[in-house]
Amino acid sequence: MKRAPARGWPSTIVGIALLALMLFPVYWMVNASLQPAGNTLQGGWFPSHPDLGGYVTALRDQGRNLVTSLVVALGSVALSLGLAAPAAYALAQFRIRGTNLVLIGILITQMVPGIVVANALYSAYNDLGLLNSYLGLILADSTAGVPFAIIILRAFMRNIPRDIIEAAHLDGAGRLRVFRSVVLPVSRNALITAAVFTFLFTWSDFLFALTLTTTQTVRPITLGIYQYIGAHTNQWNAVMATTVMASVPAAVLLVVAQRYVVAGATGGAIK
Amino acid sequence: MRSRSRRVTDPCSRERLAQWMFLAPAGAYLLLFFGYPIVKNVVMSFQQYTTTTFYTGDAPFVGLKNYAMILTSDLFPKALVTTLLFTAGSLCGQFVMGLAFALFFQRRFPLGGVLRSLLLLPWLLPLVVSGATWRWMLDPDTGVVNAALRHLHLSPSGVPWLTGTSQALVSVILINIWIGIPFNTAILYGGLQDIPTHLYEAAKLDGAGPLASFRHVTWPLLRPVVSVALVLGVVYTVKVLDIILVVTGGGPANATETLATQSYELSFQQFEFGRGAAMSNVLIVISLAFALVYLRAGRRARNVDEAIS
Repeated sequence: MKRAPARGWPSTIVGIALLALMLFPVYWMVNASLQPAGNTLQGGWFPSHPDLGGYVTALRDQGRNLVTSLVVALGSVALSLGLAAPAAYALAQFRIRGTNLVLIGILITQMVPGIVVANALYSAYNDLGLLNSYLGLILADSTAGVPFAIIILRAFMRNIPRDIIEAAHLDGAGRLRVFRSVVLPVSRNALITAAVFTFLFTWSDFLFALTLTTTQTVRPITLGIYQYIGAHTNQWNAVMATTVMASVPAAVLLVVAQRYVVAGATGGAIK
Repeated sequence: MRSRSRRVTDPCSRERLAQWMFLAPAGAYLLLFFGYPIVKNVVMSFQQYTTTTFYTGDAPFVGLKNYAMILTSDLFPKALVTTLLFTAGSLCGQFVMGLAFALFFQRRFPLGGVLRSLLLLPWLLPLVVSGATWRWMLDPDTGVVNAALRHLHLSPSGVPWLTGTSQALVSVILINIWIGIPFNTAILYGGLQDIPTHLYEAAKLDGAGPLASFRHVTWPLLRPVVSVALVLGVVYTVKVLDIILVVTGGGPANATETLATQSYELSFQQFEFGRGAAMSNVLIVISLAFALVYLRAGRRARNVDEAIS
């Protein structure tokens, strides 16, 4: 498709200015994280004498929480894809009665406020001993990933040509074989998109961390930051160093997996 | 509609069983983590469910008492109004700015693609990170925003962004707008790409200026995507908790308390789970109302999608 006529560098300059304005908070976060401890405002607009003290403090206090977040996020990616991929395949390619009802149900799950889930899970987790556990957080955090992954994967799997699936069946492969050795490999891009977003959802989760963990044992980084703010408002360099470290996955994914991020941003909403 | 597999219509149950096995794990998960909480939440809202319930297991039914208490509390009308203002304000700002950015990036210019994808960053950051950063920037005494205002002699005394009762709500709305712009830009840009170029060329031949071609080509064809963006925006904004808890904690003087923060506070700070559940049910009703709108908007968007491609 042809696009609007090409324009030159004036638009680029306006674009850079707009982006600089939009990303100023991110710059300011990095800047503050590199200032020496104390009242960091006086440190100035540029970290002319970068000081890694904030990072040292942050790693000492929050390093463990970063690892916790990583474990929970990876666990949630595995669980979400493991549950969503077969379901998406079934919803995309089998003619099952009630498919539309299931799809509407999945859409509605995305509208359920997290606090409703947290409210009910707290008492259930209390009975089951799942409070303050990795498993409990992974299960709860996947409430964002599972429906999203089903929607993304189904939209993609609908377009897998029936021929290649039928051909595999003719070769004598059962449903499971076809799913494993035909459907999953061709769905690679959609699986990556779903994984990227599930990771981001879980890494960013605050509500379940706040409500379903009550001790230090299993504490994601988001909750760590929240408690840091309460206790260390005069140590903004350490607080900001933690936020920079908590932003790393978002930044890395934006650079490395950019097209999957864009695909998820638009695909999850409309398809 | 394409015809799917022939063998699935076969009532032969082994095949059907195999098919259900694909759906069963996800189905079980969704029932346990959405079905159960919704039902449990409704039941809890009619119970006196407090800390003691966790020790004694006793949660006597109290009828509509929880609803009566939350609906007649002084805070409820205030939280409802705050929720509406927060949602409407965030949505207007996000959408208008998002559309402006989408139209801007629709032009082709050097580095346009790179800049457009970098713009997504605020949306990808954890909300707690954004909240913490903005709280630091808006700090009345040491924040960079007031420092800049003082420097430019715009406000020598500084603005009490987070400590003034009327400014605090404006602040959290502005922050939420900042977070929402990238998402709106992304999906509106996607919608703009789907509008066939020849329509613009035709409009130009008819002598339409940029404004007229926006009104007669862009806007009508973008409408389905617009409704999806707006409805998703409402659904996500109504339940926002992270930003408000991190930036203002609902204060000062409850100025930024919404239904969502109220629900959290009732359940997890006052340990009145019954009342918290009642409050979050009010939230669910609002969300579901918009979910219905969303389903209709989504269907229209899909029709357009298929018509164009």
